[in-house]
Amino acid sequence: MRYQLIGVNHKSAPLEVRERLAIPESRLPEFCRHLAAHPGIEEGMIISTCNRVEVITHTANGSADLRGFLHDHFQLKAEDLDPHLYELREKDAVRHVFRVASSLDSMVVGEAQILGQVKEAYATARAVGAVHGQLDQLFNRAFAVAKRVRTETAVGSSSVSIASVAVELAKKIFGTLQGKNVFIVGAGKMSELAARHLMAHGCVSIFVSNRTYDRALALAQKFSGQAIKFDDLYDSCDRADIVITSTGSPHAIFRREHGEQFLSRRKNRPMFFIDIAVPRDVAPEMAELDGIFVYDIDDLQQAVSSHVSDRRKEAERAEDIIASEVEKFEARAHTLDVVPTIVSLQDHLETIRQAELDRLRARMGPLTPEQELAVEALTRGIINKVMHTPITTLKSAARDAEATTVIDVVRRLFNLQVRSKETVEEPTPKKSEVGTQH
Amino acid sequence: MSLLWLRFALACYFIGLIYAFFALTRTSELFSRIALHAASVGMVFHFVSLVELFLSGQMVWASMRNGESLLAFFSMTFFMIIYAIYKTTSPGVVVFPIVFFLTFVASVDEQPVLLTSFVSHNGWLVSHIVFIFTGYAALMLSFGASLLYLLQERRLKAKRPSSLISFLPALEVIDQIGYRSLLLGFPFMTLGLLTGSVLAILMYGHVNFLDPKFSLSMLTWAVYLIMVVTRWNSGWRGRRAAVLATCAFVAAIVAWVANYFSTIHRLAS
Repeated sequence: MRYQLIGVNHKSAPLEVRERLAIPESRLPEFCRHLAAHPGIEEGMIISTCNRVEVITHTANGSADLRGFLHDHFQLKAEDLDPHLYELREKDAVRHVFRVASSLDSMVVGEAQILGQVKEAYATARAVGAVHGQLDQLFNRAFAVAKRVRTETAVGSSSVSIASVAVELAKKIFGTLQGKNVFIVGAGKMSELAARHLMAHGCVSIFVSNRTYDRALALAQKFSGQAIKFDDLYDSCDRADIVITSTGSPHAIFRREHGEQFLSRRKNRPMFFIDIAVPRDVAPEMAELDGIFVYDIDDLQQAVSSHVSDRRKEAERAEDIIASEVEKFEARAHTLDVVPTIVSLQDHLETIRQAELDRLRARMGPLTPEQELAVEALTRGIINKVMHTPITTLKSAARDAEATTVIDVVRRLFNLQVRSKETVEEPTPKKSEVGTQH
Repeated sequence: MSLLWLRFALACYFIGLIYAFFALTRTSELFSRIALHAASVGMVFHFVSLVELFLSGQMVWASMRNGESLLAFFSMTFFMIIYAIYKTTSPGVVVFPIVFFLTFVASVDEQPVLLTSFVSHNGWLVSHIVFIFTGYAALMLSFGASLLYLLQERRLKAKRPSSLISFLPALEVIDQIGYRSLLLGFPFMTLGLLTGSVLAILMYGHVNFLDPKFSLSMLTWAVYLIMVVTRWNSGWRGRRAAVLATCAFVAAIVAWVANYFSTIHRLAS
């Protein structure tokens, strides 16, 4: 398991550094090719998003010069770059890849975009041949882990900003926001942000009303919306499904009777009021009406903080899943590490057996079929008994993650030349082995 | 054999029943999928049971047991159509227990058969049953949707953090499910009552307006009509709609129970 990873992310490096490392999508294949050709690297891929740039490799000896690769390919001085870099190997690298794919290392934990970005990066590297085998296994497992985390925890199910909570609440009321109208009352920055979010999720038209008509007009123009005179507010407000209000009025501007009027004109279709004014613009009695939903700034804040803590709890569960998956992956990787040695050992002893049989035949002359069978069974039995202990030791060492040391000892003892892992299938015990081992 | 298939269906619907209770307190995507698959398998068994009954010539349209089995099947079909359109299993919270109960009653025992002389007007009888059961199934869904609407509205108004991860679909989606069921069910219920009246005239030469079956069916239909009109004109939703839907549903259940007391719909031993 000679995985090695180097990179920067939103936690380790400021935007100025990340910007200079970011690789345009069109140049990613070229970078992957260069990476795969870098000395000591067998496979490699690069994840480049606005929050992270990471180089993930499988190396020949577990210590390729990845910093050198970054220094060579990016116009950044070592002293500017190195303090922000993190470098991880083996199990730590595997854990990091699983966490990234599962969106636990994201700025907004649980956001779904990162998995798509990792998949794209993997596809790009695979298309240029920079990934084949070891990284395939790692990333296929990472995608499965990400799916498991998403299915078994609620880490991706809630939002964290006021604007996105407002969007989610609107979706809980209206389902899709396609075709919904938004009314902004009071042209503040926060209303504008919330409106922008709602428009991004499909709302079609925006009405803006402000005591200063010019400001309403200016904001309406930003969204290609319509400015409404403040005096016409109550006549027009029912045209909107979602009302974002943030005026500086000392008294509530929407009262119960207004709500009743709106509902009557809307044939009781629901309305969602997002009241981010302090003091509040919507009287609490209005929220009692069927079909009127009012969330003030405290309600939204509460939703945000409870979601952050919910996510934290869910993220802890997700970390447990990842820890167990890393253990499983490591155990499997170690098992795969011992396979070539076992195959070589079998080949080696079989060669000795055949050579000795040939010598015997040359010395004694042709054997009768019965004799051939007896000698064959005898020699095979001896070989299997000799192999039994080393194979068992190798397999158990793989489970205990001591594979490297034991492999080394067995290779030295038997003077084995190990074939590359890709050309070797996992050995299956021969029938004769089963019978002679105990 | 048909009864055996029906009991297999019942076992599958039992999983749906557990889901219905579970879903009220917790959200689980996995369990919802399991319940959906169990319900689908249950429907297959149920369909096989009905087909076998029909092919064997033992299908007695006027039998209570067959009627309950058929109504349960129609209700599940509606549920599946809604799932296909809206990708939500939440109406199952209401539909699964009712379907389980109907299938259970249909599968436990032999039951009395309605007046056998109905058989002489088999065409009218089949139309009456199909129309009225479609109306009942739609009413059941409409009732379920109005309860879910109320539940979701309460959650959103209570501003509980859990409201954002609740298993319920959006309020307007629930509203659409209820409204469409209402619009679909009403003409069927009307046609069911008309064909039932024709059947009564063919059988007895007149309609007995004082018969509990007839008067309760008319009451159900009247509440159904009020629901459609208030929704159409004033867009009644939420509490008021739920009250009406509950009234219509209770009336429908009472009308169903009236099978046991009715003189025109009476049961032969």
